[in-house]
Amino acid sequence: MFDFLTSGQYDVLGAFWVTVQLTLYSAIGSLIWGILLAGMRVSPVPLMRAFGTAYVNTVRNTPLTLLILGCSLGLYQTLGINLGGDTSKEAGFRLAVLGLIAYTGTFVCEALRSGINTVPVGQAEAARALGLSFFQVLRLIVLPQAFRAVVGPLANVLIALTKNTTVAATIGVAEAALLMKEMLENEADALFAVFGVFALGFVLLTLPTGLLLGWVAKRVAVKR
Amino acid sequence: MSGVSVTKDVQDAAGAADDLVVLSNVNKHFGALHVLQDIDLSIARGEVVVVIGPSGSGKSTLCRTINRLETIDSGTITLDGKELPSEGKELARLRADVGMVFQSFNLFAHKTVLQNVMLGQLKVRKTDQAAAHAKALSLLERVGVASQADKYPAQLSGGQQQRVAIARALAMEPKVMLFDEPTSALDPEMINEVLEVMQQLASEGMTMVVVTHEMGFARSAANRVVFMADGKIVEEATPEQFFSNPRSDRAKDFLSKILHH
Repeated sequence: MFDFLTSGQYDVLGAFWVTVQLTLYSAIGSLIWGILLAGMRVSPVPLMRAFGTAYVNTVRNTPLTLLILGCSLGLYQTLGINLGGDTSKEAGFRLAVLGLIAYTGTFVCEALRSGINTVPVGQAEAARALGLSFFQVLRLIVLPQAFRAVVGPLANVLIALTKNTTVAATIGVAEAALLMKEMLENEADALFAVFGVFALGFVLLTLPTGLLLGWVAKRVAVKR
Repeated sequence: MSGVSVTKDVQDAAGAADDLVVLSNVNKHFGALHVLQDIDLSIARGEVVVVIGPSGSGKSTLCRTINRLETIDSGTITLDGKELPSEGKELARLRADVGMVFQSFNLFAHKTVLQNVMLGQLKVRKTDQAAAHAKALSLLERVGVASQADKYPAQLSGGQQQRVAIARALAMEPKVMLFDEPTSALDPEMINEVLEVMQQLASEGMTMVVVTHEMGFARSAANRVVFMADGKIVEEATPEQFFSNPRSDRAKDFLSKILHH
């Protein structure tokens, strides 16, 4: 029943390795982009606030498939932007990461913003009263406390991101879901076994993430 | 400090020779509420001014306008002869020279007591680590909480937290210290330990603006009492004069309510 695993015809581990890479690059990128977006949404400059709000509300409410297809068809095939990826395979990977960052960054931003709301106003006031600048207040006082409050929600975002990487299959990135589709076509008799293997693969990726970050959340919680 | 003029008329006539903080014709609204109405107030170098009044009279707001945690709608505020900048680096620089102590302490919850006192020195004054550390310890010693240096604020009592907050403000070597109801959130038994630190500061010649309900502190440490009601400064006098012989009816009424039980 599990012959397809030993036949040497399919590189399941390789496909999951691409999934892991997609997840890692996108996670780092969306963390940075999410922090920048959150900074804009709480900034005293009205133009930045307006951009942050408009971006989050547009992108968060757009289907991920549409964003990733847009990156591939719009940016790559129409405008020729390949993000430095020489082969179309490499360009596809990079564009998928771009789409995932654009999308996931909005969720990171909103999680962080709710974290910022848990930081009492007095913390920022005391920091301003010491003579710290807006960016110092954000970087040294508000964000560190906000992050500690939202480790749990950010773990959810990371788990969702791991599973969302499967959307990259729509533009042909050779990650787990694309291989699964191929195997389902070739190994129709082992349908449930194939499903089972890929489901297990994703659980193995996401379960430790959730457990680890749950533990971290408890460790770093700010006592008031 | 003996030369400090105590009545409003004298103060106005004396001009800005040695005035550290000058508010003139300051107005502020919260929506329809006119919280500060034509406030004129000068605070001389080394002077301790205690602001008292019923809740909602605008005294906290007045205190917070001095380092621009509250903006004002009209009028001017000058600190050491310079008008308050409205935004950006200039404002941050000014705030570094104005120490502020809050009712709810507002110690940085994710940093230890020692880090709280070192932060401003390191990030604003750019003091080196060793000097900031030494100074933080000596200030904590001075306010009597050096033994708690490595704890987090949540592990300290309210009185201890407030003394740390005073040390944090003093670490910036401020020209003036603002106290916004520093003892109002404290258990009665902890009020004195904070007031003692403030008394000591006052006797060392620190310029202080203190919003408080502690009449004992006003009597013993203040050079001048400013009584506010409904957004206006109703009366300014020496503590002796104010507590024994208030001129305005509003102040008489206020004192009769708080001093008879």
